[in-house]
Amino acid sequence: MENIVIKPLIKPLGDSAVTLEWPSDISPEINLLVRESARKIDSAKIYGIIEIVPAYRTLTIFYSPFDISYEQLHDRVILIDFSSEKTRKTEKNIVRIPVVYGGEYGADLAYAAEFCKMSIDDFIILHSSPEYFVYMIGFMPGFPYLGGLDERLYIPRLQKPRVTVPQGSVAIGGVMTGIYPLKSPGGWHIIGRTPLKLFDKKNESKPFLLKAGDYIKFVPIEERSFTDYD
Amino acid sequence: MTEIKVLKTGTQTTIQDRGRYGFQSYGVSPSGAMDSYAHRIANLLVGNNLFEAVFEICLSGCELEFSDDCVIALTGANLSPTLNGLSLPMWRTHFIQKHSRLSFGRIITGCRSYLAAAGGLDLPTFLNSQSYYERADIGQKLKNGALIEIKKPKAPLNSLIGRLIPPKHIPLYKSNINIRVIMGPQDDYFTEQGIKTFLSSKYTLTKDCDRMGYRLEGKKIEFAGASEIISDSLTLGSIQIPGNGKPIIMMADRQTTGGYPKIANVITADIPLLAQAKPGDSIEFTSVSVREAQSVLKIIRY
Repeated sequence: MENIVIKPLIKPLGDSAVTLEWPSDISPEINLLVRESARKIDSAKIYGIIEIVPAYRTLTIFYSPFDISYEQLHDRVILIDFSSEKTRKTEKNIVRIPVVYGGEYGADLAYAAEFCKMSIDDFIILHSSPEYFVYMIGFMPGFPYLGGLDERLYIPRLQKPRVTVPQGSVAIGGVMTGIYPLKSPGGWHIIGRTPLKLFDKKNESKPFLLKAGDYIKFVPIEERSFTDYD
Repeated sequence: MTEIKVLKTGTQTTIQDRGRYGFQSYGVSPSGAMDSYAHRIANLLVGNNLFEAVFEICLSGCELEFSDDCVIALTGANLSPTLNGLSLPMWRTHFIQKHSRLSFGRIITGCRSYLAAAGGLDLPTFLNSQSYYERADIGQKLKNGALIEIKKPKAPLNSLIGRLIPPKHIPLYKSNINIRVIMGPQDDYFTEQGIKTFLSSKYTLTKDCDRMGYRLEGKKIEFAGASEIISDSLTLGSIQIPGNGKPIIMMADRQTTGGYPKIANVITADIPLLAQAKPGDSIEFTSVSVREAQSVLKIIRY
């Protein structure tokens, strides 16, 4: 990968957080740079930092102003070399997500296929072909912000969001596709459901299935196989 | 072992401690006590570790019963607490006799009351915290009939009686408040007029105010152009402006990321005051520097 030497802008987010912003479009390369930068800041072991959270093209440092002031943190952070690592080959972590498309698990699939002017089978093929990139986890525990949705599958969000979307629902809204880790209100079109738990509160040592930087692949399965994953 | 029985949860009663940090990269909201000042003073009074878990009692209807003797303190909002029918003074410790009942009635001032028991609450942690997070149903949910055990206090109960907070350290909760903010990081998404509107108008808390966030009503804030950003992290007190131009202040159970421009962020020192605001109250915002916000914190030593 080409060596990226864009320096981030540093802005306060209130008095207990700081956001570093890379002025750029969304891309997996910039996202990797953000996550590498988060690791570098973490390695600097700056006293007072509570946690570092990466997003699409920004990262936010949460700190205790009793342990370090904004100026002190700013001065430590600007000393860090954020240029990207040369020819760093990272192994792709591809997580397979079994999905039952349509039927009672995907109430909006038929509408979505019709809107996109294609058959349901073609819709499923286009949705399940790409390896989607996980840019970040946010919004609710375990929720992945995915990149790579085929533009032929773009559909505007629901005019009237649903009050409840079942846990595990796979959905499309606007230019995004995603999976609801929890039962939640939702304005996206539900096209299927996965039996996997993106957030498993019964497994405290490993409650999260996905992390930023992973890839996911939707794998169509039969409805009768849904319970195989319990 | 003394147990606190929840006879009625009322509007909203949850267990809260300092909060759940370290997992925002996985979308886990920090949660924790909304009014961190009242939280810590309650624990200070009963001789607990300052960040021990407490009951956060919001607005009306909560009723609790104590199975055995204990020492408690109640801080925060005055929700007309009565013990066995008699008015219970706040911001001081009380020896509670076996089978006593604590009830809450009319809302006098504030929004959230904090109940600490000497010894702390015996509850498991999930991801390092005992705080309840409703969205993901993490932590101990309090339903009618729930029994919460109090841990054995380090000091004998008798030594904790008669402790009180001097009046000068007891905050006054008003229905019109001034909240200091640090501008940005996306204040450049608004026109000069928009910023002026934000800093000079009175905003009212709508009934859509809860632990996740406060939706405000008032003059629309004018955008300079786009009304959405590439989603990024927010923090406690972040003020998002969605397309309709009306502010939303992100609170303890907020979602960890947002796609609306953040015009400003409430300073940490003013969060406890904000936590005691309720629907119908009004807010005016004042801009301060990060330096000023941090020096205020050092003075009151949070």
